[in-house]
Formats: sequence, C-alpha cells, structure tokens
Amino acid sequence: MTTYIIRRLFQLIPVLFGVTLLVFLLMHLTPGNPAQLIAGETASQSTIERIEVSMGLDDPLPVQYVNFVTDVAQLDFGYSYRNNTPVFDEIKPRFWVTMELAIYSTILSIFIGLIAGIVSAVRQYSVRDVTIMIIALFGMSMPNFWLGLMLMNWFSIQLGWFPPTGWGSVEQIVLPVITLGTAGAAVIARMTRSSMLDVISQDYIRTARAKGVHEQIVIYRHALKNALIPVVTVVGLQFGTLLAGTVLTETVFSINGLGRLVIDSIMARDFPVVQACILIISVIFVVVNLIVDISYTLLNKRIDMD
Amino acid sequence: MSTNESILEVTDLRTSFFTEGGEVKAVDGVTFDVPAGKTLGIVGESGSGKSITAMSILQLISHPGKIKGGEIKFRGKNLLDLTEKEMRKIRGNQISMIFQEPMTSLNPTYTVGQQIRESYKIHQGLGKKEGSKRAIEMLKLVGIPSPEKRLDQYPFELSGGMRQRVMIAMALACKPDLLIADEPTTALDVTIQAQILELIKELQDELGMSVVMITHDLGVVAETCDYVAVMYCGKVVEYADVRTLFKNPRHPYTVGLLKSLPRSDRDQEELTPIKGTVPSPDEMPVGCRFAPRCPFATDLCHEKLPSLDDVGDGEQIRCWIYTDEWNGDPGVKVYEPERTTES
Repeated sequence: MTTYIIRRLFQLIPVLFGVTLLVFLLMHLTPGNPAQLIAGETASQSTIERIEVSMGLDDPLPVQYVNFVTDVAQLDFGYSYRNNTPVFDEIKPRFWVTMELAIYSTILSIFIGLIAGIVSAVRQYSVRDVTIMIIALFGMSMPNFWLGLMLMNWFSIQLGWFPPTGWGSVEQIVLPVITLGTAGAAVIARMTRSSMLDVISQDYIRTARAKGVHEQIVIYRHALKNALIPVVTVVGLQFGTLLAGTVLTETVFSINGLGRLVIDSIMARDFPVVQACILIISVIFVVVNLIVDISYTLLNKRIDMD
Repeated sequence: MSTNESILEVTDLRTSFFTEGGEVKAVDGVTFDVPAGKTLGIVGESGSGKSITAMSILQLISHPGKIKGGEIKFRGKNLLDLTEKEMRKIRGNQISMIFQEPMTSLNPTYTVGQQIRESYKIHQGLGKKEGSKRAIEMLKLVGIPSPEKRLDQYPFELSGGMRQRVMIAMALACKPDLLIADEPTTALDVTIQAQILELIKELQDELGMSVVMITHDLGVVAETCDYVAVMYCGKVVEYADVRTLFKNPRHPYTVGLLKSLPRSDRDQEELTPIKGTVPSPDEMPVGCRFAPRCPFATDLCHEKLPSLDDVGDGEQIRCWIYTDEWNGDPGVKVYEPERTTES
C-alpha cells in the first residue's frame, strides 16, 4: 500500500512538468506584450524595454521557464499587473471559496447519483428506472449556466427563497451547489446504474443470496462495493468538469472565486494571475485523481498487488 | 436413516422465463424425490433445465423468471408456501448450494473469512471471534492447509480447486440437511475434480446430509449418485437408482447418453452420438420432446406427450414404448448391452 502511494507520487513529477510547461508556453504564445500593458498605451519604447528587463522578459525562454518553476515551487506567483499585489494573496481567499463550491457540489452529486443509480438498477426497466434515467439525461444535457439562471429566476426572483448572488451563508450556497452538482449527479447515476446491473448478474451475488443474505445487504454490501470501482473513476474525472464549471457558476451567481478571477484576469491580460489560477486548478485535478487511484486499493485489494 | 423417507419431494415443478419472444418453459412439470441421506443425480444436456430446477428449489430465480406452479416439499413442508423471510432462513442453513464456477462464485472484495463468517452471523448470530473459530474448523474439514492464514486472504489469492473448497466450506458451515451441487467440478482440472467429488462424499457421510448432484457427466453420476433423474427439455424422462440406470437404461434418450460416453470396460467400436440438437424453446415438439431425435419414434410419439409412469422397482419412465398404447414394433430393444471386454 505505502509503496503504491509512493510510486504514484513519483508519477506526478512528469505530469506536473507537463502542466507547468503548458501553462508557461500558453502565456508566451498568446499575442500581447505584458510590458506594454503595464506601461500603458502611450509609453515610450525605452520605458517598455526597461520594464521588460526588470521583469526578466528579455531572457531566453528556457531561462524564463526555470525561473517560473523555481518561483512557483516557493508559492511565489509574482505580482498582479492590475493591482501590483502578490498574486498569491489575491488567489488565497478565492481559492477556498471555489474549493468549498467544488467539494459541496461533489458531495451532492455523489449522494444523489449513487442513490438514483442504485434505485434504478434494482428495478431495471421499471417506471421508476425510466423516470430517473430521463431526468438524468436532462441533467447531463443542460448547460449549467442556463440551469443556474433558471434556478435563480424561480427560487430567488419569483419565490424569493434564496438570495440570487454571493457566497457564504447557507442560503447563498444552495443554488450554486445545485447548479454545479446536477451534471455530476446525472453522470454518476448513469454510471452507478450500469455498474450495478453488471455486478448484480455476477455469480457471487447468487452465492450471497443462496447463503440466505437479506436482499438489502446483498445490494448494499455485496454488490455496491464491487460496483463502486468504475463509479469512483467517474467521480475523479467529473471533478475536472466540475472545476471548469465553477467558472460559469461563479459568473452567474457573482461569486468571488477562482473561476471568476480567471475570467476577469484574462480580460485584463493579467498574465501572472491567469498562470497561477490555471496551475492551481490543474494541480487540484491531479491530486484528486491521485486520491481516486489510492481509494481503488481500498475497494479492490488486487490493485495493490500488481 | 431409513431409505424410504424422502427429504425433498418435488412435484410438477414449473418455472418459466417471460421474454419478449414469449414464455420459455425452462422447467416443465418436473417430479422427483431425494431420499434422506442419499445422493440424487440430475443429468441432462445444456438447456435441459437442470440448473433452473436447482435454483427453483431455493427460489433464487430472478426476473424475468418465475416459478409458475408445483410443489417443493422439504421435510414435509412446501417451500413455495413460505414467505421470503422464512425462505432466507432455509437458504444456506438447511439447504445449501454450490456452483459451477468457483472462480467467480466468491465475492472478490471480501476475504474468505468474512464470507464464511457471514453465514454464521446470519443463521446462528455468531460474532467475529466465534465465527472465525468455526470458519477455521470448516476450512480444516474441507482440507485447506493452514486455514488460519486463509481467513484473511482474498479469493484471487487462491486456486480454482481451493476456491471450490472454500465454497463447500461456506455451504456446509451451518451443517445443512441438503446440499445442491450445481456442476461443482465442471470448471476444474480432472485431478481436482476427483478430489472435490471425494470430499463431497466424505462430508456427506460425516454430516449425514442428502445431496442433489447436477451434472452433464455420467461419469460423475456413476461415481457419486444413488439415484438418477434424467432431464430433457425441462422434463424428467427417466428416474431410477443408479445401478438400474447403467445396467438397464430404458428411455431412448438415456440410452443415447450412455452410448455417447466413452467406456474402458466395454468393447466399443466407436462412440454413437445422439443425432440432432436440443430443440429451441420456440419450436418445441408437441408430442414427446425427444421424438425428433429418437430412432424408435412413431406417429404417436410425435403427436402426444407421454406421462412419467411407474414401471416398478421405484423406477419411472416417460416413454410410449413402455405403455399399452405403444403402436410400434412390440419387440423393440431400446438397449442391448455391449460385450464386456474379456480380461
């Protein structure tokens, strides 16, 4: 188990190298000169050059990359072009907002997805099953900004149950979490259903029934533990989609999170902030998938041995 | 134990599967007895309904299958009258079952110990400590070396033969009165097959239980069974004690099965396979199900289904040849014993 985790941690190194390289190149390949941006439209050529030198923008690209990685390793993401404040300070409070939003939404989607999937699988092709799967199809297909706007229209504006914007209080959390969690819940429900259907027809389920095990225990102990393996994979992958979804959800509900910061920074060509945000989101995604891989070994002991 | 007493009496059992193509009668009026302490073999080709019969006894038939009627009397009580809750108390406790595929019949995510202990927990309310003690005893009984170590192992760490032993240990954990073994050796190597059959026999003597042995292998029947029910297309065609069946088989299908079995004690020129194939459910013959493949079939056989009748000595046959209505050759010889090799 421990060796497995250590090995998985080592495998992160090339992934992180790729991520930093991509983020770095992305910013350098996009048109527009940061020095020009800082200095303003009317600045003279010499001013721009001075700024370039002071920021190291005149160094060869590989040198700039090494500097970038060294700084990032020390959580130094440079200064925001817009506010001239350390990027790290800018990101920190917003990072937690986005993490909260992502984690609550994931919990919601796992909870609803699992229950809906199991209930569907237990009675395949029943009215209940078909209804749940149709709802899931809607949930998957609906763009989340549109769902957000509709929820806001019904529950905030017409019924007045929840505030339409902001983040912090319980009332403010409800609508964004539903908006962001719905697609995930739908995907998890469908995955759980097909995985459960596959497991329920296995020989060892028949063995459990032949032993006199109560049907509920057959489903929730014998079947579910086996059925969860592919579901866990989907939860991990879904987390990536979810992080992307925070951008739209935060914009719709005017939440000051990482996603909205990315959009605002791109608009303002605030490169250090954009770089830092993309980097952090990528690292979160990689770490979540590491956790997913590790949790496999808890579900299926065989993986540990390979 | 008296041999006259039956532990299980199945009468006119009917189990169907309701598919889009219509009703498939997998088990169509099956009747047989299992004498207490004895072994009954149920023999037949794939699709003859033998496994479905076994699953029906424990009511493990799931959607779209349904037990349509009949009676399954276990110790004089009709199991089909019991509620699901009462049935759960029978499964794994008084009637146990082992399956064909030891590789997939154990849950891959739980240890051997957890799976055996579960039986003790359900039926005897035993905790982890006492359950483990009993599980070790059972593993020892089925001949698994260092049972204490096996308890914490997962099924994938064991070989096929070992897994089948674990299955047997699990099935016999609560000392059942009846063990249903559904092709328990089909998926195993020949050497392991003999060991497993020997083990089942030994444990049967030790625990005094009855066994229903489902197989397509007449060799297994000869080795382990006291009585045999031969099934064809969801019906029993011949029921006899094992000696009679091998010495004097009467139903043309049984004879066909015996002729297609290689034997070392007979002077066989070549094997004679049964011609044709098992009819598919949607073109089931109206008369005797075996008529299209039977070398003796007459118009009567093709038109009317014979009933399962006593022919004396506790033997039952479903064939027109042994009835008064038989209109074919009156001196027909269904089975002529081949010369025994002189040695």
